[in-house]
Amino acid sequence: MTGFMHEKEFSRKAFVKGGGSLVIGLSLVGAGSARAANNPGATLAGHTGALPGPPDPAQIDSWLQINPDNTVTLFHGWAEMGQGSPTAVRMIAAEELGLSMDQVGAAQIDTNVSLSAFAAGSSSTLTAMGSTSMRGAAAAARTLLVDMAAAQLGVPASSLSVSNGVVSGGGKSLKYSDLMAGKAFNSTVAAVNPTLTSPSNYRLIGKAVPRIDIPDIVTGKLTYVQNVRVPGMLHGRVVRPLGQAALGQGAKLLSLDKSSIAHLPSVQIVQKGNFLGVVAPLEYDAIQAAAQLKVTWDNTPSLPGSGNLEASLRNPANLLTSTLAVNAGDVGTGLASAAKTVSSSYFTAYQSHAPLGPNCAVADVTSNGALILSFTQAAYLLTRASVSAALGMPAASVRVEVYPASGTYGHSGYDDAAISAALLSQAVGKPVRVQFMRWDETGWDQFGAAQATDVRAGIDGNGKLVAYDYTAYNTGWTQVIESAAELSGTPLPAKSPAGQIDTVNSGSFYTVPNRRVTSNAIDGYKGFFKAIWLRAPGAPQAVFASEQTIDALAHAANMDPIAFRTQNIDATQTSGVARWIDALNAVAKAARWQPAVSAAKLASGNVVKGRGVAVGGFAGSYPAIIADITVNKKTGVITVDHVYAAQDAGTTVNPASVENQMVGCCVQGVGRAILEEVRFSKVRQTSLDWISYPVLRFKQAPQVTTVVVQRLDLPPSGSGEPTTAAVPAAIANAFFDATGVRLYRMPMTPAYVRDVLRSA
Amino acid sequence: MASKLKIKVNGLVHSVSASLDTPLLYVLHNELHLHGPRFGCGLAQCGACSVLLDGKEIRSCVTPVAAVSGRAVTTLEGLPALYAQQRGTTAATPVLHPIQQAWIDIQVPHCGYCQNGMMIQAADLLSTTKNPTEDQIRTAMNGHLCRCGTYPRILSAIQQAAGVIAKGGK
Repeated sequence: MTGFMHEKEFSRKAFVKGGGSLVIGLSLVGAGSARAANNPGATLAGHTGALPGPPDPAQIDSWLQINPDNTVTLFHGWAEMGQGSPTAVRMIAAEELGLSMDQVGAAQIDTNVSLSAFAAGSSSTLTAMGSTSMRGAAAAARTLLVDMAAAQLGVPASSLSVSNGVVSGGGKSLKYSDLMAGKAFNSTVAAVNPTLTSPSNYRLIGKAVPRIDIPDIVTGKLTYVQNVRVPGMLHGRVVRPLGQAALGQGAKLLSLDKSSIAHLPSVQIVQKGNFLGVVAPLEYDAIQAAAQLKVTWDNTPSLPGSGNLEASLRNPANLLTSTLAVNAGDVGTGLASAAKTVSSSYFTAYQSHAPLGPNCAVADVTSNGALILSFTQAAYLLTRASVSAALGMPAASVRVEVYPASGTYGHSGYDDAAISAALLSQAVGKPVRVQFMRWDETGWDQFGAAQATDVRAGIDGNGKLVAYDYTAYNTGWTQVIESAAELSGTPLPAKSPAGQIDTVNSGSFYTVPNRRVTSNAIDGYKGFFKAIWLRAPGAPQAVFASEQTIDALAHAANMDPIAFRTQNIDATQTSGVARWIDALNAVAKAARWQPAVSAAKLASGNVVKGRGVAVGGFAGSYPAIIADITVNKKTGVITVDHVYAAQDAGTTVNPASVENQMVGCCVQGVGRAILEEVRFSKVRQTSLDWISYPVLRFKQAPQVTTVVVQRLDLPPSGSGEPTTAAVPAAIANAFFDATGVRLYRMPMTPAYVRDVLRSA
Repeated sequence: MASKLKIKVNGLVHSVSASLDTPLLYVLHNELHLHGPRFGCGLAQCGACSVLLDGKEIRSCVTPVAAVSGRAVTTLEGLPALYAQQRGTTAATPVLHPIQQAWIDIQVPHCGYCQNGMMIQAADLLSTTKNPTEDQIRTAMNGHLCRCGTYPRILSAIQQAAGVIAKGGK
């Protein structure tokens, strides 16, 4: 037994010191959130919610608490984003603790209670499965509980077994709750160094487990952040131009006519720099005031216009730096020696997160601190940090409580909404709820990055790759800039966001002696938009360019596209890339792939069919996609009939959730491939709603077939995003198969397709 | 100017206070505290706010509250009782409408934000079309957007629910 002190009451000085000094948001207590009652039986002061976190992740007690009814409460920080992560985290904890699923619950995510986590859906189970994370803490707790039972029963620990939280052996048994008797573990995970459950003994991991929250979703019982109401709360709306201007020029308020809303006497106007908002007791009054308030905004052009975006990305005057991310062999010599080469330029437009429900937050800001009820991917690292910066308050004075929201697919406007609510609450001295209108959310989003890409590659006479040269032009997608902070005067980062390069989907898994990958970082302050992570960040752009090039080489080699890829990927299992072949084989089997050279038998007529394949991933996973499409050559409309997806994500903790995610990745991926494009004039963004920013509709939805390539022998990798990556490229390759013509621009809209076919 | 109004929601008459032009959604949300219908666009483009008005799907984000006076509003929360009424049974209201059960069985939702409107529209469809074809389902549902991409599973769930309803089951 290591480091276990069950004889003593636990006390952690860090939590107890100064207890009760942070008294904030009293007006909200007992309303909507379970703040006071979050954890009434808290073993630790740190779990009562009295003090700012995060707790120390090295400590077992930070992760979990054994309750008197022999259930367990987890304090993990992975929010539900519609991806089933909280269900998967419970599975991992239940697995290692020897509990059933219904014995494991979790506290609401709260910066005064929960661990810090970056809850990107794709990586949550990956990180939770780590030996120093949820899994390790649960295994350590079980080890200590079994040791305690062994001591009490006077038998060796190895003679005991655990089932449903009861330790049994030698005809006797003890419950976890009796062993703990309200005490804490008071040990680090590392001090226990627990043995993790072997995959051959998994009861839960790898099994299809229904998501815990779906019954409440279908009955309307789930409290989304959009549903949260607190006593004394006012309704706020932001007032912004319809659509943002370029980064750094977001909006400039020239004049304001307050008398324009004199007919709405209950409305208060709040201004801080260029941040403008209205607040009223009734929500519809706030909505009308925001719509009717007369504001003159600066209309000086700051953008190139969406039709000129690719040229602007490629303009040498906008280039900050050019970096060689990979430079193996000699690309020039390799290309010169090639029997056949392909060289093409591609472009992908800005794409929006566009959550179906605009983001929303409730804030109560006093001179003592701020309470924020919000959705977030990372309560500490993003929301608490950005709200405290915008309010000019220490982070420890800001408390964030997390609610589920509409799917975010990356960094949508959730922190923009939280900051907006906080600024309005600070100004009016009351709790304020802000929900963005549709045009606020879509019109002020940080987007998935636009990218221009050049790829040149060559093969020898046997269809073996000899050279691969990839160059990307983008403004990067890692720098968070919240619109409310920007407008209210928080200084922008001095330096432009750096360029970002995808070194995986740029030929890394093909065997090629001469490979070069160049990142051209474009200055984001020269007439571009804010860009940030959007589902499988950067990957669809890279795969669209790279996998079309590979497909074109397969065609040039007169080979079946799957056989060509397989021939150019190292099949040795230790190579690390053979898993791409496994994924290709799995998807080919599901789709009953018939080997053939693409576009070998072009059909006549206006309506033609094609089938395409592509591989490409994200977050260390290995997806392969086959798409069946129909092209109407007259209208330019691409109909995606069926998408087949196989994904090897190592250990897939909950195949039920992951297969559902794969369906969503395919459907959303089709929309990104053929529809989604943020459009803008030279003055501001013009894509503001579901007409001007169309997403895939029901009639356009493909059939989807998913295959989980389960590898319980391997650690997990991302599973909620990677399947998106290769969908657009597979559709583009299917288009070539159908027509013999290549598409170089994403989205592949009807107008673009007609243009290409006309000039083909 | 706020007016005193009576509206019938999920079988009960409620007294509410709102200006006549206030969209029904805000009354359902802020006065009746119903979580089913949700704000998505305020433009009748997405369907997250849908409710049934006398059994037909409408967009509560653009329907003035005054327009539902004297008529019956059913929200997601009221679907089980509506189903009992439609079956004409005197038996107790089931816990779930067959549509809701199918949504659980098929594990339809991702974030679930749009699913209110999806289930409301499906209830409207299945109340008039007993065994809809795939094409009929896609056409009926086409005005509802799901950003997560759950359409294929919604299709399966509606087909399952149609089968259950056709058998008179629950």
